Amino acid sequence: MKYIYDLHKTMLNQNLILVYEGEFTQEITKSVLAMAERNMDSFGEEAAVKRKVFNIMVECLQNVSKHAFSYETDTYGKNSAIFMIGKHQDEYVITSGNAILNEEVDGLLAKLQNINQLDREGLKELYKSIIKRPGGLTEKGGAGLGLIDMARKSGNKLGFSFEPINDKITFFSLSTKVSRSTKE
Amino acid sequence: MLEAIYLDGTEDTPKIVLDKANNAFEISGRSLPEDAAEFYEPILNWLEKYEGQENPKTNFMFKLEYFNTASSKLILDILSKLETIEGASVTWFYHEDDEDMEEAGEEFSELVDIPFDFKTY
Repeated sequence: MKYIYDLHKTMLNQNLILVYEGEFTQEITKSVLAMAERNMDSFGEEAAVKRKVFNIMVECLQNVSKHAFSYETDTYGKNSAIFMIGKHQDEYVITSGNAILNEEVDGLLAKLQNINQLDREGLKELYKSIIKRPGGLTEKGGAGLGLIDMARKSGNKLGFSFEPINDKITFFSLSTKVSRSTKE
Repeated sequence: MLEAIYLDGTEDTPKIVLDKANNAFEISGRSLPEDAAEFYEPILNWLEKYEGQENPKTNFMFKLEYFNTASSKLILDILSKLETIEGASVTWFYHEDDEDMEEAGEEFSELVDIPFDFKTY
């Protein structure tokens, strides 16, 4: 049973205020959002910061529920993935981790690198060029704007890593920071 | 007569008012549906029918607290539809300390050719 204590200590050390591991659906997204909102309300977080965290959480959670690749469904269930929020002195860190297909890695990496080399104005232009592209949402129901929006709301670079799982899938981690001081 | 649409807001979908008789047009609250295209389809269809029998003035009020990126694409579709409606204008409300929502409204106003009025609440 020591793992419980270890997990608890890890959460404390990492300042994690919320960790969710499992299946991601819209219902779960709503519950996780509600918990995080209540948590931030409970210590009177500034409204502007709360809104940014909420916005980034929405994009992050919906990205995972749309794109997480299910593997070994018998063991992990559909779209098993992890989501967490860390609350530090100066910032919140919103993190997700999920499996994607190996063939998706290059495209995603290029997209992230492109986002991270753009400044505020560049991100705005990219956002506008994608939103006005004709044609509706992707077959997964996305607008192709989630990562750009997260970077814009955050005002920081996106953190990411890719850990190979096997010859078919890779574990993709993404972390987004929101500064707790609203003055820039 | 075009039948009015009134939808109550939920934790992930906005309140919708589309009422020709009372000249009231509103989207407000949170828009984070998983399937944004499905949620907004009846609204776009309604505007489609409204076009051609529009009131002299159609002021569409957006008062959103949050919207996801999938919704933003559909909001642009609504605004593009409004572009084709004679006498249409938009009032974009944002919370006074919500710069992101203010900027979102400004960007939409740059993407379509309709008069935008900005108000804080």
